[in-house]
Amino acid sequence: MATVTTADTRRPEPTAAPRKRSKLAPRAYYWFVWPAVLAFAAFHTVPVIIGVFFSFTNYAGYGTWDFVGIANYANIFRDDRVLQAYGFSFLFAIVATVLTNAISLAIAMGLNAKIRARNFWRGVYFVPYILAVLVVGYVFQFLFSNSLPKILSGIPLFADNILTNPDWAWTAVVVLAVWQACAFSIIIYLAGLQTIPADIYEAASIDGATPARQFRSITFPLISAFFTINVVLSLKGFLQVFDPIIALTGGGPGTSTESVTMLIFRGGFTGGEFAYQTANAVLFFIVITIVSLLQFRVLQRREADF
Amino acid sequence: MSSSTTTPVEAGPATTAVVVPRRRLRGGDPSDTRRTNWWATALIAVCSLTVIIPLYLAVAVALKTPAQLASGTGFELPWPINWENFAVAWERTSFPQALLNTAIITVGSVVFTLFTSSLVAYALARNLHRPFFKGVFYYLLAALFIPFPIIMLPLVKQTSLLGLDNPAGMIVLYTIYGLSLNIFIYTAFIRSIPIELEEAARMDGASTWRVFRQIVFPLLMPMNATVGILTCVWAWNDFIMPLVVLTEPSDRTLSLAQYVFQGQYNTDYTVAFASYLMAMAPLLIVYIFSQRWVISGVMRGSIK
Repeated sequence: MATVTTADTRRPEPTAAPRKRSKLAPRAYYWFVWPAVLAFAAFHTVPVIIGVFFSFTNYAGYGTWDFVGIANYANIFRDDRVLQAYGFSFLFAIVATVLTNAISLAIAMGLNAKIRARNFWRGVYFVPYILAVLVVGYVFQFLFSNSLPKILSGIPLFADNILTNPDWAWTAVVVLAVWQACAFSIIIYLAGLQTIPADIYEAASIDGATPARQFRSITFPLISAFFTINVVLSLKGFLQVFDPIIALTGGGPGTSTESVTMLIFRGGFTGGEFAYQTANAVLFFIVITIVSLLQFRVLQRREADF
Repeated sequence: MSSSTTTPVEAGPATTAVVVPRRRLRGGDPSDTRRTNWWATALIAVCSLTVIIPLYLAVAVALKTPAQLASGTGFELPWPINWENFAVAWERTSFPQALLNTAIITVGSVVFTLFTSSLVAYALARNLHRPFFKGVFYYLLAALFIPFPIIMLPLVKQTSLLGLDNPAGMIVLYTIYGLSLNIFIYTAFIRSIPIELEEAARMDGASTWRVFRQIVFPLLMPMNATVGILTCVWAWNDFIMPLVVLTEPSDRTLSLAQYVFQGQYNTDYTVAFASYLMAMAPLLIVYIFSQRWVISGVMRGSIK
């Protein structure tokens, strides 16, 4: 879903020339847009507003309800389970983002080099994107809980099934999530790498630049827009992790791998905490927006430094 | 990742052997004068095992009997092959029904998405200098930041109230929720299409609708491919939305069928894996035949 178009739209739109004197567009354009706006408002904005509204009540998802002011929000900060879910989500998201971007960039550079059967390998690395995380997750679950304990029986961590280890189960979730996410990131980086003309490298190597130096001074600066978008989007996606957890650990052992999304889902649907978890979701939205904007600021400033 | 690379597996070398000769026939990219980088080739080949091993494991387990599975790690070659798992899985997950549901939802979403997103994006892209359209553009774009959980709970109430807790409702939801990203992808492309073409048609008396249908839409084909692929993969594999929206068991999608399956037959790995393979197969087969087209489509969408 990563598109580097962001960079374009952030710039003020170069107005498409004042070719029409009138302030109003031909009426047909309005007919094209209005239905979509109304549908979007009805199925996206209205639920958002309803959600925000109920977050100030004690609605359990059924029965009667009363306004409780900001009590839900206040309680969130005192709820250990919520805090733990945020802790897990951030730890998971940061580790997964770093790994995904490091691995995808490396593989994208490999795929961009002159290698045999390049299109075939490209196709292979994209396969995980095509598959449902949930289904692949069940395969990984078997791998972790049945195969690895037998294959790596000498290592206690794996021999005892890493998924049942409260301290390390999250690393298994990271493996699955990164495995999946790399597929798309690789393609984005590859698209970025192909925008770099080959003669720059030739010139650099004539000047005696080592491959490491070429990466640092040419490759990385030139794909930094792709890097920014990839990092921002992967962190945002990983913070909302859900499917890999359902498939691997179900949030366990205990609540050690329970992400925020998972907590909202569980508490809201089966725990009778509709209002409370919606408040949690509103807070989560604010957190994600702030994190994304901060990242954009920091990464784009760094982009400019080159 | 590293843990699975070290596991010995029979699938890797076999697959490479099949492919290399095929590639040689095609020859390399003639414009690329660099010498073949064998180190990179080897490294890429070895790393691709991380992708291939889990898939091999899925196939190997699905073709075993429970007894064969219990005696090993799952990686042994399945021999003699046990095809029966597929028949059992077919029955238990009511595969034809789930496949039909998923196919209907996916095809419906792709068709509606391509049509509506491109139409809206066209209207927006050609009028972005007008405050109304600019406002709509940013309004739709802002939704990209809103995480699904926030609308999840109210949405469930709303869909069941409106009678949209069925495949038709799913199509509506995918079409609407896809708008934000798709408009983003389309508008940049539309603005790169010279407007003179449309103006000429308009001179000849074509209506805006006709201009869109006969001139703009055909020109959008590259982006239609990108958007179509993204929507198709999303709708086919999505789990959380069907999980919360669909209520009738007979409306179950393939992803959901696997989830229910996991709960019911927890220890029956061989049948479960056969079922997973069947769930993955349709999209995988389509992908294998359209691989180059898919990847170039996605890449094009990301550069624009």
